[in-house]
Amino acid sequence: MSEAPADIEITDPVTITLDGRQVVVQRGALLIDACERNGVYIPRFCYHPRMRPVGMCRMCLVEVDTGRGASLQPSCMLQCSSDMVVDTQSDKTRKAQEGVLEFLLLNHPLDCPVCDRGGECPLQDQTVGYGPGETRFVDEKRHYEKPIAISRTVLLDRERCILCDRCTRFAKEVAGDPLIDFQDRGSRTQVNTFPNQPFASYFSGNTVQICPVGALTAEPYRFKARPWDLEIVESSCTTCSVGCRVTIQSSRNQVLRCLGVDSDPVNWGWLCDKGRYGVEALNAEGRLGVPLGRGRSVKTDDETALEEVSWAGALRTAADAITSALDRRGPEGVAVIGGARLTNEAQYAWVKLLKGVIGTDNLDAQLGDGIPAEIVLGLPLATIDDACRPGSTTVVVSGDPKEELPILYLRLRHAAVQDGVNLIEIGPKAGGLTPYATVAMHPLPGELADLVRAVVGGGAGGAVAGVDPASIERARSLLADTDGEMTLVVGRRSLSEDTGFTADAVSVLVSAYDKVRILPALRRANVLGALTMGMAPGVLPGRVALAAAPDAYSTRWPALPAGRGLDTTGILTAAAEGRIDTLILLGADPLTDFPDRDLAERALAGARNVIAVDQFVNDSVRLAEVVLPAAGFAECAGTTTNIEGRILKLEQSTTPPGTARPDWMIAAELAAELGSDLGLDSVEQIWKEIAELSPSHVDLTWEMLSDPQNRDGLVARGDPLPGSVRFEAPEPTAHRALDSYSLRLVATRKLYDEGTMVGRCRSCAGLAEETALAMNPHDFERLGVEDGGRVTVSSKRGSTVIEARGEAGVPRNSVALVVNAPNFDVGTLIDANDAVNEVRVEALQSVAGETGSEGGS
Amino acid sequence: MSGGPRIVSARWEIDDAWKLSRYLETGGYAGLRSALDMTPHEVHEEVRSATLLGRGGAGFPAGVKWGFCPPDVWPRYLVVNGDESEPGTYKDRILMERDPHQLIEGALICAYATGIAQVFLYVRGEMALAQERVASALNEAYEAGYIGRRILGTDFSVDVVMHWGAGAYIVGEETALIESLEGDRGMPRLKPPFFPAAKGLYMKPTIVNNVETLSNLPWILEHGSEAYTTIGSESSPGTRLFAISGHVERPGVHEVPQGVTTFRDLIYGDEYCGGIRKGHELKMFIPGGGSAPWFFPEHLDLPLEGKVVGGAGSMLGSGAIVVMDETTDAVSACWRLMRFFSRESCGECTPCREGTNWLETILRRILDGQGRPDDIDLLLDIGDNISPGPYPGPGWGAENPEPVPFPPQQTTICPLGPSAVAPLTSAIRRFRDEFEAKIAQGAAVSV
Amino acid sequence: MPRLTPENVRRAKEIISRYPRPRSALIPLLHLAQEQDGWLTEDAMEDVAELVGVTPAQVIGTASFYEMFKMEPVGRYVINVCTNISCLLLGGETLLQHAEATLGIKPGSTTEDGLFTLEDVECVAACTEAPCLQVNYRYFYRVTNDDFDRILADLRDGDLSRDIPEHGILSRVPQRIPTGKVANITPPEDQRVPVWIERAAPDKAAAGGDEA
Ligand SMILES: Cc1cc2nc3c(=O)[nH]c(=O)nc-3n(C[C@H](O)[C@H](O)[C@H](O)COP(=O)(O)O)c2cc1C
Ligand code: SF4
Ligand code: FES
Repeated sequence: MSEAPADIEITDPVTITLDGRQVVVQRGALLIDACERNGVYIPRFCYHPRMRPVGMCRMCLVEVDTGRGASLQPSCMLQCSSDMVVDTQSDKTRKAQEGVLEFLLLNHPLDCPVCDRGGECPLQDQTVGYGPGETRFVDEKRHYEKPIAISRTVLLDRERCILCDRCTRFAKEVAGDPLIDFQDRGSRTQVNTFPNQPFASYFSGNTVQICPVGALTAEPYRFKARPWDLEIVESSCTTCSVGCRVTIQSSRNQVLRCLGVDSDPVNWGWLCDKGRYGVEALNAEGRLGVPLGRGRSVKTDDETALEEVSWAGALRTAADAITSALDRRGPEGVAVIGGARLTNEAQYAWVKLLKGVIGTDNLDAQLGDGIPAEIVLGLPLATIDDACRPGSTTVVVSGDPKEELPILYLRLRHAAVQDGVNLIEIGPKAGGLTPYATVAMHPLPGELADLVRAVVGGGAGGAVAGVDPASIERARSLLADTDGEMTLVVGRRSLSEDTGFTADAVSVLVSAYDKVRILPALRRANVLGALTMGMAPGVLPGRVALAAAPDAYSTRWPALPAGRGLDTTGILTAAAEGRIDTLILLGADPLTDFPDRDLAERALAGARNVIAVDQFVNDSVRLAEVVLPAAGFAECAGTTTNIEGRILKLEQSTTPPGTARPDWMIAAELAAELGSDLGLDSVEQIWKEIAELSPSHVDLTWEMLSDPQNRDGLVARGDPLPGSVRFEAPEPTAHRALDSYSLRLVATRKLYDEGTMVGRCRSCAGLAEETALAMNPHDFERLGVEDGGRVTVSSKRGSTVIEARGEAGVPRNSVALVVNAPNFDVGTLIDANDAVNEVRVEALQSVAGETGSEGGS
Repeated sequence: MSGGPRIVSARWEIDDAWKLSRYLETGGYAGLRSALDMTPHEVHEEVRSATLLGRGGAGFPAGVKWGFCPPDVWPRYLVVNGDESEPGTYKDRILMERDPHQLIEGALICAYATGIAQVFLYVRGEMALAQERVASALNEAYEAGYIGRRILGTDFSVDVVMHWGAGAYIVGEETALIESLEGDRGMPRLKPPFFPAAKGLYMKPTIVNNVETLSNLPWILEHGSEAYTTIGSESSPGTRLFAISGHVERPGVHEVPQGVTTFRDLIYGDEYCGGIRKGHELKMFIPGGGSAPWFFPEHLDLPLEGKVVGGAGSMLGSGAIVVMDETTDAVSACWRLMRFFSRESCGECTPCREGTNWLETILRRILDGQGRPDDIDLLLDIGDNISPGPYPGPGWGAENPEPVPFPPQQTTICPLGPSAVAPLTSAIRRFRDEFEAKIAQGAAVSV
Repeated sequence: MPRLTPENVRRAKEIISRYPRPRSALIPLLHLAQEQDGWLTEDAMEDVAELVGVTPAQVIGTASFYEMFKMEPVGRYVINVCTNISCLLLGGETLLQHAEATLGIKPGSTTEDGLFTLEDVECVAACTEAPCLQVNYRYFYRVTNDDFDRILADLRDGDLSRDIPEHGILSRVPQRIPTGKVANITPPEDQRVPVWIERAAPDKAAAGGDEA
């Protein structure tokens, strides 16, 4: 747990005397940081370089003379100024520090041997380093009820707490969830929640990590290990695509915990709980360690259960299915969806197999829930730091980053609250960023581009897309004040709305402002890597357009697709119509994740053969002919690409279960079974080939990526090059005018849902909340609906009975549902081919017996 | 109450002086009227040349403090500190109960001079009557146009809002007062960088003044700074309220000229307290509230002047003189003060939170007959860890001729922790034998 | 557990309107809640949280810092006996012992009939009138043991009900700012130079005001 201050460039130098030496530091830097950057570590408890100093613990007192005589000053609050004389070793300094330690230990229980923190506890360490020898305290210590649960995963032992304000400050200042606070005062002060209101924050685990003693412990890790037994590697979290740096800590080939690493451009040390506890899924029940098959090679009408088969048999079955598809229909008969969770190297291997050996372009890593690949690949990419540049304006056209990319949310929140960044939020409904946005606009489904046109173009001054004119005007003036540079965070706003509207909106903004950079708000771990490596129709590795494929590809690869293939919606439609013989699910569960459940079901039924590569058997995998078990996070090395295009190393920590193997190896073995040699035999060598072939990665050698100096990763070329995929203004997407009986459907994500990973992770399982039909309270009366009352929602696809709930942040004339909720699958209402999905809502006459769970259609 | 000039206590004997009509009949709001005839700058200069020293404890000149507001930052706020809670202190409450308009008038004058458009009058929570009197005075003043829009027909407009606390001594400290007024726990802010005059309420320039300080302004504006400086001494002009409590014949609150009257005058003078209670003699006294190092009979002839008292190793603080005769047990008195600081520590700084509690625990243990021989040195060393030496105090001079600066060094954000060390250190230096005897005797003794 | 009554919500909103930021009204609103119920119920704290726009955890964080806020029911009369230095010197401790014996309770607890809560408190700014006590924050000076007994009897008989309201009620005179008389409750974002300053020093004001 390193908490060193970030390196800075000295732009305003001042010279100070530090323990007798002259050192040059940045004027205004905190003394405690300046000293540490110059090799002098001042002990501290409350100070954390990522939070505002509070100067509470007084451990960092040092003698400082600023011209008026030496006095003890808290170095965590004092800013460097010229000619300061600092003595961190003087008798006064040492006595003060020893005094503080003695005070802290008065009431601290001596239970280090049973404390999770024992062995990695700053209090323990500093007591050895700076503390008094023996206690002079003969009186009784303070007592509290032993650990209390302040949330499902965090326990608080108030006797151990040293009241440093780190957890409480984190909750308020960083997470924006002030659900824990100090209570009482003086020596009775304690950290606590409001009665019966737990610290339910997506970020709660960080408090455990930053607690300088063992007062806060993570329930999942309690008594699991002692620090000296842990093997630690540094890697990147792949729960979503922010790419937070982590250390993975394991013991006896089992990953026990994940801690955040302070990566200045990315996560600042923070993790969301889903990422932090996500490693629990690695050891979960149902984890695949051997291939599964049906005991026969071709799908027949009599369904046999999946059973364990040999690798050889499984690969043979898969290869046979591919060969028969090729025989029957040629390359177009093979299609692949998924691949976003693979490493860059595995993605390359699969793309080489599919596009370069089999010759099919029916490949899409997004499951119909993303945005057009051309937006991501055809426009210059931005970094998170670009989006958070102090004083700038950032436009967010996406779903809710808090729910999809939690640490991006923290960074944007910080930018807005502390660095004066103006956020223009254009979400489907009010979300996590809304309270911090300078302007928040929530246009009706289908009217996004109209709104953006109104913001950019000015004009009549009336409401557009249900957004009030004042907000439009405010957004316009903010954009007018930018220096032309603007970061556009783009993601999928709603799963029940066509992405054409987003493409329209992006093209309006791109043509109106000269220097727009894109930060894709796509959630699946390595989706940026997947798109960059060519896991989208019409694309080859390195953002290269298939149509403009340079010779390098045709010379190095045995084949190339004849033309542009299908995206996921196209693949599923084709499969449903019987035009796909072999459908490969590469870590994908279209039944759960594709927005249109009906189409996904028909597709899986319509494909002759389904092959799955996965870590678990999910709803879709259950229908496969053969299942190849893949290594998971921390079980194989490689690299991943985050939303910025940053290439981050992934390290192996444990071995995969059974005979599960890395995805790239599966591709190579499948190729061999098909009679080809991919020529790929190690991760490092794959990277070498990528760097040779891909224009985006051309300068990035494996050595550079492995250099500890580059542990924050290296950003791949984010600007389109000649031959790159191009983003072109699309034909405006048409939408029907609203008929007065229907409401437009908004379908958005929550962090915790019924997805496979959440379900397999003990700490997160059960956190998914039931969805209600959220609607603007203004619409209640017109529809005769009551807050909390039950209603029937129906689309042309299906209907359900569900509770209605008022939510002011839902645009009028629309209703919102959460995707993948435990009580209802909104996919059963959605038609993926409709630009805007509409529903009717009818109040149910209140029937006796309010219980009964009526999920599903 | 004796003769001599009465600046802030002039209306105390008038039963209904808290009503606007009576206040006006007795010259009320004349100071405001003359202020409004001057420019804000002139009013500020008048206060500056009056050398009006703050009466809340630190004794900083009000005119100088007002000048610390950065010139071009608006809005500015005034917070009136009516949180009087220092042990022994009793004067702001009387001022608020008996003459609230005088305080309001003073606050208005300050607001006019410094460009403040909103004033918060923070009354201690436990003072229900003071709250009633202040609220009704504000209501009357709003009705009559002394507060609000275009005061007395000028373009001066200000709101005055009564705020009331909820019981926490530390909230009297100005930055804790601001935190409390922001609806937060009353935990002090570190100075620097959070000097209220620059970054106060909502991080805007904020003047914090004591009730008594502001109550002087109507007189100063009506009579001029020159008249004011003829009263008292050169470094401490004007009068000051002192509450003399404890073992005197007639405890009471008296307004006396600063710098000329002595402790002896107040404690022994017939027109004041009439001496130590019959049959007893002075053992020690607290010259300026519970936070001040103790004084002893040899200090009786010091004049009531901040500089002089500071030079002698203590402070005039909040004008609270607590007199203790020979029946007083030094250890018990120390323990009781220590219990106060321990209870009232906000808990923010480790040395104060843990240290005051530890000091109290040890003293209690000694009183309960469980003292240990090492305890006295331990007490002193804990004190030193809260407030590193050399520690000032009256006992210091004799052994060590180097004058020690007051206030002392501190390891804490605010002076509350070090304040606990003050009485204890001065008591141990003087009465070490009593502490030793108590430990030896190992028996509980009560006052 | 009681929430704030509609009338108290109205009063709360009036109080909030006097502050540049709603959270500043937190302590007065907690007093309002305590005036209603005699102590702070969880429901009332949640109401207050919503009114000023903070979390209930922040409300209880603030409330529990201050001595006067009671997290559990207290007696109709809270008797605060001062034992700090000036009162101690003149018999505060003895008075407290007498109170304990008479009421049969220790400081911090409430008599079984729910009438009295006894507290051993710090200096209440009546030092020259020692020993003193407060009943629901109304003073009694130079209290002897006999005085104490008489006060108890009077409280029981209701003879003091005119002077001493129930616990939780502080000022019985609320501040009222007549609409139309409010000058300018100044939000910190409003950076205008006050007119009388601008008028007095036009050049300086021009430098200071960002916008008119
Ligand atoms: C622990 C502590 C308690 C204080 N209590 C009070 C108080 O109750 N009333 C007061 O006016 N000043 C008190 N002060 C002083 C204030 O911080 C501040 O200096 C004063 O209100 C400024 O007003 P003045 O300049 O008019 O004296 C206290 C200071 C400290 C450190
Ligand atoms: S629980 Fe830990 S982080 Fe929180 S205040 Fe206590 S010591 Fe600090
Ligand atoms: S680290 Fe500076 S006071 Fe705690």
